[in-house]
Amino acid sequence: MNVPVGELSDIEKDALAEIANMGVSRAAASLRQMVGEQVLLSVPAVNIVTRQAAAQLAERGHSPKLVAVQQSFEGPFSGRALLIFPEAQSLELVRSIVGAEHSLEDVIDLEQEALAETGNIILNACLATIANVLRRSMRMSLPSVIRGDGATLFAPRSSDPDGDLVLFLYIDFTIKSRDVRGFIALLMDLPSITALKEIVGDFIEGIEK
Amino acid sequence: MQYRILIVDDSKLARMVMVSAFRRIRPEWELVEAADADEALKAISSNSVDIALVDFNMPGTDGLELVDRIREIHPTMPVAVVSANVQDEIIARTRELKASFVAKPLTDEALSAFLSGAALRLRKTS
Repeated sequence: MNVPVGELSDIEKDALAEIANMGVSRAAASLRQMVGEQVLLSVPAVNIVTRQAAAQLAERGHSPKLVAVQQSFEGPFSGRALLIFPEAQSLELVRSIVGAEHSLEDVIDLEQEALAETGNIILNACLATIANVLRRSMRMSLPSVIRGDGATLFAPRSSDPDGDLVLFLYIDFTIKSRDVRGFIALLMDLPSITALKEIVGDFIEGIEK
Repeated sequence: MQYRILIVDDSKLARMVMVSAFRRIRPEWELVEAADADEALKAISSNSVDIALVDFNMPGTDGLELVDRIREIHPTMPVAVVSANVQDEIIARTRELKASFVAKPLTDEALSAFLSGAALRLRKTS
């Protein structure tokens, strides 16, 4: 299913998975505070794949109608962080955050704003942990909500450099005892992968000293 | 007193971070590494491990399940669950298993505090 194209050594993959795992685990703890229920996580997957393969991975097991909160990050490496779940579950997620006492109309009114705010808290927890671990600072954009299939979510933006390959890093999450599941994904293009390899190399060298 | 420590983490990088922290704060202690629960249980049955540090999010058996199994063999061994997953349920389950919780990203201070407490308990029971 995946189309890994090499480029990352085993230790680099391991390092990225572990660093992402720390970021997403922190993010899950923030989500847990918001929904009041335990959030279960999968182990992370890291691959260099085509955008199409990333889109297929995003749709795997889900309906192709997805909703995502995305934030761009910029720094020594740049990319996008996305909190993604099936569109059918977005109201349930909002409801689990704002509480059951609100009417469906209220929840629908709140949906866009609640999604953006939830994404902002979760993605910031994730990216800030990664930035701290790598001792680099990153600027983060405001969150935006996008809807569509995997290809829409991962389509290159005008600012993206040419090239179809991306570093795709994802972890599944499930909110225990509610029917909400989704995943957190990080997407980086090739120039960023090169920069990231250097930073991860520095990080690994720093440990060995 | 010199102790033998078991480090369980599926990430080699995470084990390297841990080993390097030990080199700074407890350079004389002996370290045994395991990449999953099976390796960890094998190491515990074949070596005399004094203290275990266990990652939570691992493929297959997770860290809490592993600590539960360690408890069947060693009811009082000082054990810490090491994770960035600071959710209430994870920490509560860690306490139920009479284990400590050490947060990732790992700091020398947090590891050192756990190890000092562990060494104290081992001295009392020996």
